[in-house]
Amino acid sequence: MTRALPWIGLAALAVAPLIGIGNYPLHMLIQVLLWGFVYTGWSIMGRLGMVSFGHGAFLGIGAYVVVMGWNQFGLTPWIGLPIALALTAVIAFLIGYPCFRFKIVGHYFALVTLALSEVTRLLIVALRDQTGGSLGVTPKTALTESSYSLLALQFSDKLVWFYVVLLVWLAGLWVWNKVDRSMARLALEAISQEEDAAASIGINVTRLKLGVTLISALMTCVGGALYAQYQAYVNPDTVSGIGISLQMVFGVIAGGMYVRLGPTVGAAFTLLLAEGLRLMFGNSLHALDSTIYGLMLVLFIIYMPKGILGGALAAMQRRKPASAGA
Amino acid sequence: MQIFDIFLLESVLNGLLLGGLLALLSLGLNLVFGVIDVIWICYAELIMIGMYAIYYFYVVFGWPLPLAMAAGVLLVAAAGAALHQFVIRPVLAAEPINQLLVTGGVLFFLQAAATLAFGIEFKNIGVTFPPIVIGEISFSMPRLIAFGVALAGMLAMYLFLTRTYLGTAIRAISQDRAIMPLMGVNPDRIFIITSALGGGLAGLASCLLVLQYDIHPAIGLSFGPITFLICVLGGLGNMVGGFIAAFIFAQFISVGGFFLAVEWGYVIAFLFFIAVMFWRPQGIWGSK
Amino acid sequence: MSASTTTSGGSAMLRLDGVSAGYAGFQALFNVSLEVRSGESVAVIGPNGAGKTTLLRTISKLIGVTSGDILMEGRSLKDVPAHEVIARGIAQVPEGRRLFARLTVADNLKMGAFLPAARPHHAERLKFVYSLFPRLQERRTQIAGTLSGGEQQMCAIGRALMSGPKLLLLDELSAGLAPVIVQSIFELVKRICSEGYTVLIVEQNIRQVLKVVDRAYLLETGRIKSSGPSAELLASDEIRKAYLGI
Repeated sequence: MTRALPWIGLAALAVAPLIGIGNYPLHMLIQVLLWGFVYTGWSIMGRLGMVSFGHGAFLGIGAYVVVMGWNQFGLTPWIGLPIALALTAVIAFLIGYPCFRFKIVGHYFALVTLALSEVTRLLIVALRDQTGGSLGVTPKTALTESSYSLLALQFSDKLVWFYVVLLVWLAGLWVWNKVDRSMARLALEAISQEEDAAASIGINVTRLKLGVTLISALMTCVGGALYAQYQAYVNPDTVSGIGISLQMVFGVIAGGMYVRLGPTVGAAFTLLLAEGLRLMFGNSLHALDSTIYGLMLVLFIIYMPKGILGGALAAMQRRKPASAGA
Repeated sequence: MQIFDIFLLESVLNGLLLGGLLALLSLGLNLVFGVIDVIWICYAELIMIGMYAIYYFYVVFGWPLPLAMAAGVLLVAAAGAALHQFVIRPVLAAEPINQLLVTGGVLFFLQAAATLAFGIEFKNIGVTFPPIVIGEISFSMPRLIAFGVALAGMLAMYLFLTRTYLGTAIRAISQDRAIMPLMGVNPDRIFIITSALGGGLAGLASCLLVLQYDIHPAIGLSFGPITFLICVLGGLGNMVGGFIAAFIFAQFISVGGFFLAVEWGYVIAFLFFIAVMFWRPQGIWGSK
Repeated sequence: MSASTTTSGGSAMLRLDGVSAGYAGFQALFNVSLEVRSGESVAVIGPNGAGKTTLLRTISKLIGVTSGDILMEGRSLKDVPAHEVIARGIAQVPEGRRLFARLTVADNLKMGAFLPAARPHHAERLKFVYSLFPRLQERRTQIAGTLSGGEQQMCAIGRALMSGPKLLLLDELSAGLAPVIVQSIFELVKRICSEGYTVLIVEQNIRQVLKVVDRAYLLETGRIKSSGPSAELLASDEIRKAYLGI
C-alpha cells in the first residue's frame, strides 16, 4: 500500500486542476512545481558537496537568452533554449573547471559562484538597450489571434502550462534519480574527504564533478526559460543576482537537501510562506512581509538545520523501534 | 592624444582612491573570516544600515556631522557584535553552508527592514564638496578623504593587531583556538570583540560612502559582491592580500568604466578574476 | 610501596579529591586523588592512554569534572571556567607544544602574559625567560613554526612562565624530541624546580623524569595505582618489570 502511495498522489496531482481548483491555486501549484524543478536541479550539486550560490546566473541566461532571442531576432524558444543551454554549459565549465581541478570548495566556491550570479545581473543591466535593464522585459506576444502558440512557447491557458510544468518537474525528479543511482554519486559521496584516494583508484573526480555541475546548470537554465515564458515578464532581480540564488539554496535546505522531494517541499514552503505573508501584511506596511520572511529564514537556519522534510524523516526514524530494520 | 591621456590618468588616480575604500571594506570581511572562519554575506548590508543611521543622526536629528558619524560607527560595531552573538554563535558548530545561509538570511532581513523603515526613495545627506583640481585633473574631495581615512584606519588596525595583547590574541586564536583558555583568553569574548571590530570597520566605511553616494536599501548589492571577489582574490582571511587585490580591482573598475559604461568595469574585473582563478584558485596570496 | 594517601602536615598547593572526569560518553579518570605541595616537583607516570594528559587537561578545566573536586591553595576550581584557571596561578605547557606557529617567538611569549595581572611584569619576566633560554632571545623575531623541536619546547615553557605561575603543569615534554634534546629539557626542568616553581609533570619517559622529581604517582587506565618518592619507585619491582624492562 505504501508503495502505491506516491503514484496515487501523482495521479491526484495530475487530475486536480481538471476538477477545478481555481485559477489562483493553480497558479500557485504551477509555481511550486516550476521552482520545485529548479530547486531539484540545484540540489543535485548541493547534496554532493558543491554548494553554489550562483545558480541565478543560469536561471538568468535561460530566461533572457530565450526572451531576447524571440524579441530581437524572432528566434523561437525552441532554438533560443538550445543556445541558452550551450551558453550555460560554457559558463558552468569556465567556473567549474578551475574550482574542481584545484579543489576549491566551501567558502571560496560559494563566493565565486555568488559573484558569478551578480555579474550576470550586472551584465543584464549593462545591456539595457537590449534587455530593458532593471525595468525588465516582456516577450512579444504571439497570442493575438489564438490562445496558444507552440512556436513561441506561449499559452494563455494555465491548464496547458500546468501539464507542461508537471512533465518537466517529473523529468527533473527522474534526472535526480539517475544521478542518485549513478557511479558519480557513490564516488563523490564516498570520497568527499579523500579525493586523493579516489583519484588513485582511477576515479576522475574533476570530470564527475563537472558532469554533475553541467546537469544542474542545464536544468536551472531550462527552469529560467520556462519561468520567463510562463510569467511573460522577467527582470534582472527575479531571475539573477544574489537574491534568487540565496533563495534557491535556502529553499532546498528548508525542504531537505538529501531527499528526492525535499527541494519541492522547500519550494512549496518558501512560496507559500512568502505569499501568505504578502496577503497578511503586504498591503498594510510595504515590505513588512519580506522583513518577517527574512527573519524567519534566519530563525529557520538556526533552529531547523535539517530542513522540514529532513527533520521530519529523522524524527520518524527515531520513533521506529530498532528491530524494524534499515 | 594629450587630453585622452589626462582623462585616463585621472581615472587611474581615481581608481587609486577607490582602491583605498575597497581595501577598507575587504579588511573587515577578512578580519572576521580570518579569526572566526565565517563570512558575513550581509557585510555590505551592515554598511547600508550605518549609512542610514548617519543620515538620521545628521539630517533628521540635526547632530553635527562628526558626532553623527561617530555614532554610526558605534552603532554598526554593536550590530556586528549582536550579529555574532545571536546569529552566528548558534551555528558556529554547524556546517559552513548553514553559516553562509544564515548571514544570507540577515541580508534579506536587513534589506527588507530598511525598505520598511526608510522607504525606497534615494536619500542623501546633502553634503557637497568642491572638486579639487590639480592641473587638468579633478578629484572628488570625498574620495580623497575616503582614501586618507581608509589608510589611517588600516594603519590603526595594523598597530592594534601587532602591538596590543588583545590584537595579538586575535591573531593567535585562528591558529589554535583550543589552547587559548590556557593563557587566560576566553575565545567567545575574542569573537565578540572581533565581530565588533568588523562592524566598526563597516561603520567607518559607512561614513566614507555616505559622503559620496545616495542611500538606498539595495545599495549593498553595489559593493558587496565586489568585496567578496576582492577577498577571494587576495586569499580569504589574508588582510595584506585583500589590500593589494582591492587596488587592482579598483583599477579595472575605474579604467574599464572609463572606456565603457560603469557596469562593464565590473564585468571586466570579474573576467580578470576568473582568469586568476584558473591560474591560482586560492587567490594570488591565498594559502591552501 | 606506599599507596596514595593524603599527607599530614606541609601545605598542599594543589589537591585532587576523588576526581572523575572524561569526554562525552567516555570516562577517562576514575576517582583520582593526589596532591602537590608548595615547592615540590611531582610526576605522574604511566603507560600510553593511562589518562595522564586528560589529568592535566582536567586540572586546567579544559575538561569538566564529573565528580570530586580540585583545590588550588585550598580554593575549589569547581565553578572556575577554563580561561580563569591561569588567574589562580596554574599554567600549563600543553602536549605537543601547541605554539602559535605563525606568530613570532616574542608574540608567543606575549600571549603567555595576556593575563591582566601578568602584563605589568612583562618586561622583567621576559628578561628571566631569555636568561633561561638565550637561544629564544636570539630568535625572538623568528616565526615559531620554523624553530627546531627543542627550541619550540623552550618557547612553550617560556610562554607558560610569562604569567608568573605558582604551579606549572608540564605535559609530555620529551615527546617527539631527539634523545640529546630530551636530556637538556630535563635538565631545564630540574633548573626550573630549583628556582622554586612547583611542578606537576606528566611523562612517559619514566627513567628520566624520576631522576628529576621528588615524588611520583603511577596512573594506569585512569586510576592511581601507587605513589611514592622517586627513588623508591625507581627501585620498586613493579615499576622496573612493567616499565623499565628489567
